[in-house]
Amino acid sequence: MNAIEISKWIVGILVLFGALLNLISAIGIIRLPDVYSRLHASTKAATLGVMCILIGTFLFFSIVDGDINARILLAIVFIFITSPVGGHLISRAGYHAGVSLWESSIKDDLHTKKRKKQS
Amino acid sequence: MLYILYSVAALFITLSIILSLYRIAKGPSMPDRVVALDLVGINLISLIAIVSLLLNTTAFVEVILLLAILSFLGTVAFSKFIEKGVVIERNRD
Repeated sequence: MNAIEISKWIVGILVLFGALLNLISAIGIIRLPDVYSRLHASTKAATLGVMCILIGTFLFFSIVDGDINARILLAIVFIFITSPVGGHLISRAGYHAGVSLWESSIKDDLHTKKRKKQS
Repeated sequence: MLYILYSVAALFITLSIILSLYRIAKGPSMPDRVVALDLVGINLISLIAIVSLLLNTTAFVEVILLLAILSFLGTVAFSKFIEKGVVIERNRD
């Protein structure tokens, strides 16, 4: 078993792990109770999953085929920067549009801060 | 063997796209649907990466970058629309 074979298996394990993380985040988006916890599932797990898959793709094409593909690296960096920003923006928009929290949640710091500013 | 492994990964991604389509159809509020659409975009990126591994070609790499940019722009536009009612504001003159 030479080095290229071993690296192919590492790529396969990375891709399978990333796909499993994506599936877990989709299950979280089905099962969790409100928007904010759904964001908590989808933003983190799906970002790590897609980064694992892209790192696996980059390793495959750079080790097996021998071409260093800068566009995949650029895509990894771009997703790592923009995905949490998108999650933050949509949760902020949802809060200001009046989407209610889960009824069992007991702490809402932004709400108390806003009320203190008004009074 | 590796072909089977990549196919299983593609199956997982497809399953997660189907689950988030359920959330898009059902989601009680607008941000729920936007979150699920963002997840569909992320899953499409990983599906394209797996397909380029299966076909053993780097021709689809631009599609990955393009989908990442378009998904981010769509999320930003939707969140601005939900928060303020407009996407592009006009300056006062």
